[in-house]
Amino acid sequence: MDTLIIGLLLGATYCLMALGLTLQYGVARIMNLAAGEWIVVGGFAAFWSFTVQGMSPIWGFVFAVPFAFVVNWLIYQFLLTPLIRRAKSRGALEVDSILATFGMSFIAIGLMRTAFGGEFFNYSFLSEPVLIFGSAFGLNRIAAAGVAVLFCVVLYFWLLRSRTGMAMRALALSPASAKLVAIDVQKLSLIAFSTGGAIAAAGGVVLSTFLTLDASVGVVFTMKALIIVIMGGVGNLRGAIVAALLLGLAESAIATWVDPGLTLAAAYLLFVLVLLVKPEGLFGTKK
Amino acid sequence: MQRRNLLSLASLILAGMIPAGAAVAAEKPIKIGAVAPKTGPLAGGAAVTQWPTIKLWVSDVNGRGGLKMKDGTRRTIELVEYDDRTNPGETIKAVERLATVDKADFIIAPYGTGLNLASAPVFAKYGYPQIAVSAITDKTGELAKRYPGIFFTLGNTTAFAQSVADILSQMVKEGKIGKRVAMVNVADAFGIELAEAARPIFKKAGLEIVYDKSYPLGAQDLASVVKGAKAATPDAFVAWSYPPDTFGLTELAKIEGLNVKAFYTAVATCFPAYAGKFQASAENVLGAGGINVDAAELAGYFDRHQKVTGVGADYWAGPVTYASLQVLEQSIEAVGTDRAAVTNHIKSGSFKTVLGDWKFNNQVIDQFWTVGQWQGGKFVGVASTGKTGAKSVQVKTGW
Repeated sequence: MDTLIIGLLLGATYCLMALGLTLQYGVARIMNLAAGEWIVVGGFAAFWSFTVQGMSPIWGFVFAVPFAFVVNWLIYQFLLTPLIRRAKSRGALEVDSILATFGMSFIAIGLMRTAFGGEFFNYSFLSEPVLIFGSAFGLNRIAAAGVAVLFCVVLYFWLLRSRTGMAMRALALSPASAKLVAIDVQKLSLIAFSTGGAIAAAGGVVLSTFLTLDASVGVVFTMKALIIVIMGGVGNLRGAIVAALLLGLAESAIATWVDPGLTLAAAYLLFVLVLLVKPEGLFGTKK
Repeated sequence: MQRRNLLSLASLILAGMIPAGAAVAAEKPIKIGAVAPKTGPLAGGAAVTQWPTIKLWVSDVNGRGGLKMKDGTRRTIELVEYDDRTNPGETIKAVERLATVDKADFIIAPYGTGLNLASAPVFAKYGYPQIAVSAITDKTGELAKRYPGIFFTLGNTTAFAQSVADILSQMVKEGKIGKRVAMVNVADAFGIELAEAARPIFKKAGLEIVYDKSYPLGAQDLASVVKGAKAATPDAFVAWSYPPDTFGLTELAKIEGLNVKAFYTAVATCFPAYAGKFQASAENVLGAGGINVDAAELAGYFDRHQKVTGVGADYWAGPVTYASLQVLEQSIEAVGTDRAAVTNHIKSGSFKTVLGDWKFNNQVIDQFWTVGQWQGGKFVGVASTGKTGAKSVQVKTGW
C-alpha cells in the first residue's frame, strides 16, 4: 500500500514536470530543452514570496505564471518564429529548435545565477505528516499531487471541450491538414508554447515546497519531462499522464522491493522497453 | 577612431588625477586564478563554500593594502574566475587557460573531489601548487607522492567514518542508544567510498547495520528510503549524503517520524540553509564537519563573511578553504611568487590560520574536524582528529 501511494505521489510530481513540455513539444513542435528552467523560475518565485516577502509560497503562482507566459510568448514570437519560417521539414525544425533552446537554457541559467545567486534554495511549507492507511506522508507532496490532478483535469477538458483545445489536438495530430481546415497554426502554436511555459512555472511553485533547487538544476527536470513526453506519445496529454504515473510506480516498486539505487536504471529500462514495443509512445499514433 | 581618442583622453585625465602617493601601492598585482562550478550539479555547494570564501579572502587581503612582499612592497590580488560547469573537462581547460593565457601567478584548487583529482595532472604540469580543500579520499598518501605540488586539508574517508562509529559506539556504551544503525548513501563517488569504509568500521565498533541501501544522485523522492529505514527500527540513522538529498532525507525523516536518538546526514548539514529550513528541528542533528566556534582565531570570521559576501559561512569546508588561502598568502609573503619556492614553503612551513596553527605532514593536514552537531543554532565540532575545543555529543530528542 505504501509503495502504491509513494508511486502515485511521485508520478504526480513527474506529471507536474512534464505537462508544460507536452504542450510545447506536442502542439507547438518545439523540443524545448529550456523547459526545466521555467520550473526553477516558478520555484524561485515561491521561495522569494515565502522567505523575502513573508507571504505564502502560493503567491509564487501570481508572480511566476504570468511572467512565464509573457516571456515564453516573446521567445516564441521573436526567437523561434524565424526558425519555423525557414524550416523545410519537421525534422529540420526539431534539430533547429533543440539547438536554439539548448542555448537558451544556458542563457536562462546565467540570468538566474545573476538574479538569485548560485546557492541552494528551499524552505519548509506544509511539511507535516498526514496519515494514510496508518502510514505518514508529507502534506506538501499530497498537496502537489492534488494540484497535479487539478492541472490534468483542467487541461484535459480544455483540450477536449473547447474550440481552441480541439484545434490544438488537430494541430498535434496533423499540422499539415490543420491548415486546410482554417486553423491558424502560427497563433495556436504560440498559445500552446506560452501556456506550456506557464504550466511549467506553476509546477515549479508546487515542487519547490519539497524539493531543494538551485539555478542550474533545471536540466534534471527537462530530462524527466522529455522521457515522459516521448514515452507517452508526442502531444498526447493522456499518454504523458499515464507515462508519469507508470514511471512513479515503477521507481517506487523498485525502491521498496529491489534497491533504491536502481530506480534510475529502472526508469530508463521502462523507457527503452516502451519504445521497443511501441516506438510512437504509449498513446502515440502511427505515422 | 573618434571614440578611441576620447577614451585615451579620458584615461589620461584619470591617470593625472591619481595622487603621487598612490604610486607606491601601484606595484603590479598578483594574479590569482580560480576555477570552480558556478553552474551544474556542484554549483549549489560551491556557492556556499568556495566562491564566497575566495571573495572574502581577496577582500581581506586587498583591504589590508595587499600582500606584504619580502622587499617591503605591497601587492594587491587580481582575481580571474572561471566556471567549470561541474565538468572535469572544463576544469582542466580552465586551469590550462589560467596557466598559459592569463598567466596567473597562482591558481586556487578547484571544488569537489572529482574535479580536484581530474585537474591535478595539469597543476603538476605547469608547476602550480594545488592546496585542495573540498576533496576527501583515502588515497591522499599515494596522490601526494605522485603530484609533488598537491596538498590535502579536509581529511580522509576512513577518519570520517571512524568518527561516526566512535560517537555511536560511545553512545551505546553509555546506554543512550541501542546498536542498530540504518545506513544509506548517495550512489556517487563520495557516498560509495564512505559507505564502503563505514561497513567494516561500524562492525568492528560493535554496531549492527540493519538497513544498508544506496539511492541515485538527484533522486526526487526518498520516501521509500526513509520508510525502509524506519521499518528496520534503527537506533541511529547515518546518511552519506550530498546537499539536495541531505535536505530531502531530513524533511522526510521528520514527516515519517523517524525518531532516532542519533541522526547523521553528511554534506550540507553544516550549511546555514540547513538550520534556515529546519529551524528548531535541526537541533542535535549530526553532520560532516564542524568547527570550534569559540576559537580565538575565528573571532569575527562569521560576521565578516556575512558582511562582505552577503551570505552566511558554512561551519566546515568554508573556513578550511579560507585557511588554505591563508597558507598561500603567507607563503607568497615569505618567499615571493616563484611557484617552486612557494610549494616548498608550504611543505615545510608553519602557518597561522583561522583554524589555528597549520603544518603539513607529507602534504596532508592531519588534524581536522570530522563530525559536528547543531547545538543552540550553531554547528559545533564534536569529533576530530586532534583538534581542541570539541563539545560533547547530545542525544536527539525527536523533531
